[in-house]
Parts: sequence; structure tokens; C-alpha cells
Amino acid sequence: MTEQSEDRADAFFHALADRTRRDIMRRVLAGQHSVSALAAKYDMSFAAVQKHVAVLEKAGLLTKLRSGREQLVSGDVAAVRSVASLLAELEQVWRGRIARIDDLIASDPEPED
Amino acid sequence: MPVIDVKHDLDALTLTIVADFAAPVERVWQVYADPRQLEKVWGPPTYPATVVDHDLRPGGRVNYFMTGPEGDKHAGYWLVTAVDEPDGFAFEDGFADLDFTPNPDLPASRNVYTFTAHDGGTRATYLGVYPSAEQLQQVLDMGVVEGASLAINQIDDLLAS
Repeated sequence: MTEQSEDRADAFFHALADRTRRDIMRRVLAGQHSVSALAAKYDMSFAAVQKHVAVLEKAGLLTKLRSGREQLVSGDVAAVRSVASLLAELEQVWRGRIARIDDLIASDPEPED
Repeated sequence: MPVIDVKHDLDALTLTIVADFAAPVERVWQVYADPRQLEKVWGPPTYPATVVDHDLRPGGRVNYFMTGPEGDKHAGYWLVTAVDEPDGFAFEDGFADLDFTPNPDLPASRNVYTFTAHDGGTRATYLGVYPSAEQLQQVLDMGVVEGASLAINQIDDLLAS
């Protein structure tokens, strides 16, 4: 993995290393939301939600568009599907499978000697 | 953590993960040879897998779907291309309609799983290859929400470990 792609993977994971930001990404990948509509979903201030949106925007995971008084947020499918982030995603999927195989094998009864 | 090495090759669109399991090769093989065990490990808890057809022989098919938190179903298939029981197997993994007709517009990844005896346990090498960045993007266009959600959910586990 090149240093540049490592940096991109770092930014991707940092942005997603927060439960609220992951939840925001799930919503905005499924469809466009205004920041105020997103803010209404969480038990935190509008400013706090806006800050989370800004971190995701900086990592290139979503885009903001001004429409009148509203800021509309969309998940950036191109960023999420970049090769680096895809391989990072796949790695997580595979790591999950490996961890589950490990658990499954560990749950086997001990062989009798 | 059993994972001992990870390689991303951005040019060859290849992911390789090496993991060590504390069990003989035959036991690791069983995980893939038994559809009930395979479905326990293939999907994450948020997207459990159901294996509907399972023929782990060259030319055979394994058909499965994963069920999302909203009850949404996502079907996939393996086309088994080579089998060397219990040392490994190779397959194409692709998207399918819910009746398991492969979607010909979407490229399948090529996967090679290899299991070798190592230090009293098993060293498993998982290799996946995608045909081109453009086709990879097509795959993601189809599965981006599911794929991202899967990955995002599993980041929780990663960070907790």
C-alpha cells in the first residue's frame, strides 16, 4: 500500500471512528438530507451535528450543497467507492469473517485425549 | 487477533489477508464445507447470511442472501472454479437477483482461499482480485449502501479490539 493510499485510508477511518458520524453516513448514503433534518435525529445541538458533518466533508465522504436557507448533505458515493476505501472496506468485511471463524472454532468442544 | 498480514495492491486491485487459526486444516475446511457453519461466519451480525444452495465442487454453485436491518435482502453467489480439499478452493463471488440468477452486468471478484498446516494450527491465505477499477465502481454503485454499512459496522469491532 502506498503512503498516499495509507493517508486516505487514515482519513477515512478517522472520520468514521465515531458512532454519530457513522450513523450520519448511513443516512446520507441512502439519500440527501438537510443538516437541520439530520440534527433533529440526534440528541445533541445543531452546532454539534454540523461539526460532525464538517469532519465527514473534510474526509471527502460527503458533499454539502446550499439550497436557499438549507444546507443539503449527500454521501459522496465516488469517495466511498474509491479503490483505497473499497479495499479498506473489504479488509474490514474479511477481518469480521476471520474473527467469526476464530470464535466458531474456539467454541468447539475440547477433543478428548 | 488471528490476522497476521494484510496487503492492499491498488494497481492490481487485489486484497490479501493472512490469518492463523488454532485448529487443524480439516477443521477450517469444514467451516466452508458446511453451509450451516458458513452462514455463521459469512455475514456480520447486522447482515446475517443464509446459504440456500451449497455445492463446493468445481463448477458448483453456492447461493446465499444477506438480510439487512430493514429486512432488505441482498443475494450473491459463488461459482466454484477449483477445489483441493482440504487445502483450499477458488471461486468467483458475484451479485445475483433474489432468484440467484447472476447479474451479468456486474463483474465477479476472483477469490482463492488456501489453508496450510502451520505451527500446530492453520495458516489461511485469502486472496481477492477485482477485474478493473471501473468494474469495481460498478460493483460499488450496486452495493454501496450495503457495503458501506457492513464496513462501518465492522469498524466498531475493529476499534473495540
